Amino acid sequence: MKIRKITTQVEHTKTEMGRPVDTSKAIAMAVIENPYAGVYSDDLSDLIDIGETLGDLLGRAALDALNCDAQAVQSYGKSALIGEDGELEHAAAILHPALGAPLRTVLGGGAALVPSSKAMGAPGTVIDVPLGHINAAYVRSHFDGMRAQINDAPRAGEIVVAVALSTTGRPNPRVGGLTHPDAIGTDGLR
Amino acid sequence: MPEPEIRKSAVIVETIYHEGGPVGAAPQRKAACLTVIKNPFAGKYHEDIQGFMKDLEPLGKDMAQQIIDALGGDASVVKGYGKGAIVGANGEIEHGALWHVPGGYAMRDKIAQSMAIVPSTKKLGAPGARLDVPVTHTNASYVRSHFDAMEVGLSDAPKADEILLALVMTTGPRIHERVGGLAAEDVKGEDGLR
Repeated sequence: MKIRKITTQVEHTKTEMGRPVDTSKAIAMAVIENPYAGVYSDDLSDLIDIGETLGDLLGRAALDALNCDAQAVQSYGKSALIGEDGELEHAAAILHPALGAPLRTVLGGGAALVPSSKAMGAPGTVIDVPLGHINAAYVRSHFDGMRAQINDAPRAGEIVVAVALSTTGRPNPRVGGLTHPDAIGTDGLR
Repeated sequence: MPEPEIRKSAVIVETIYHEGGPVGAAPQRKAACLTVIKNPFAGKYHEDIQGFMKDLEPLGKDMAQQIIDALGGDASVVKGYGKGAIVGANGEIEHGALWHVPGGYAMRDKIAQSMAIVPSTKKLGAPGARLDVPVTHTNASYVRSHFDAMEVGLSDAPKADEILLALVMTTGPRIHERVGGLAAEDVKGEDGLR
């Protein structure tokens, strides 16, 4: 894997609509060379391997940025943004087969599916990374997202891969549904 | 004037290994601290605004330290800096100018070799607006290898009555610098320029 750059962004929100809150979100992104840029390949195993490496690397980078214990992380999400010489399937190869397991190892758990998004893009394209509860996908207060962009990536032959983590749900959740304290967290859903 | 009302803050770190050329011995790192505050002058023309510069001093120091911490805690690694502000739509560009003094000296106070003026930019913007914060060498503005910039912004700021304040530091020259000019090792460091 050839990494051109890594960026992290951590946000701490102290008030929302004038009400005091305490929420933190972090996103770690790697800009990598797309080994299949410009060529069609049935075999995407190089990207699957890259996904496995980045699950660990970006998980640790985002956790470092949050500067908290892994046990404090309540939400996660992942995304890939493919430069124009690649194809959407490249994002799928990075995200779905192998990225989640090492990410869960970093966090010490995570029963729920890691919500994801993928897109084609140019330098500066915004990535909307979905966030969901790490143990119970139905926790409604934790349906969220984090938006990020890198002004100089992805270039045509590059991919931006992102992992986002949060220590809370939305700042002022009040639309009901399953809550974090009530989640059982064994089946990944409730 | 009370202390600035902070809605949110963010720290962004970039680690740059290459840009298509050879991977250097050490990556370049860029870091920014962004803080979103309420604009105390939003919505109305105020003639006397200078007192707010003093109010911003503690925030400036805190933001500068957050960047140094994000770069590992040793201020001596910082070789370039810059600052900027995005003023929400109910403010005016002059409100962004209040950041020049407290933002700049907050960084210079923490960086031993900081003879050079801190380059800056500011503009009016809506949530999601991006700012290209200029960066130059901390001790000599003419060091060509360190002319740089970092684009920053937040998707949900600044709202109309807010100001997004930014400080940026870098740890070295552009990753493939090769256009000559005054080199960092040739800096005299007497006038902030050369």
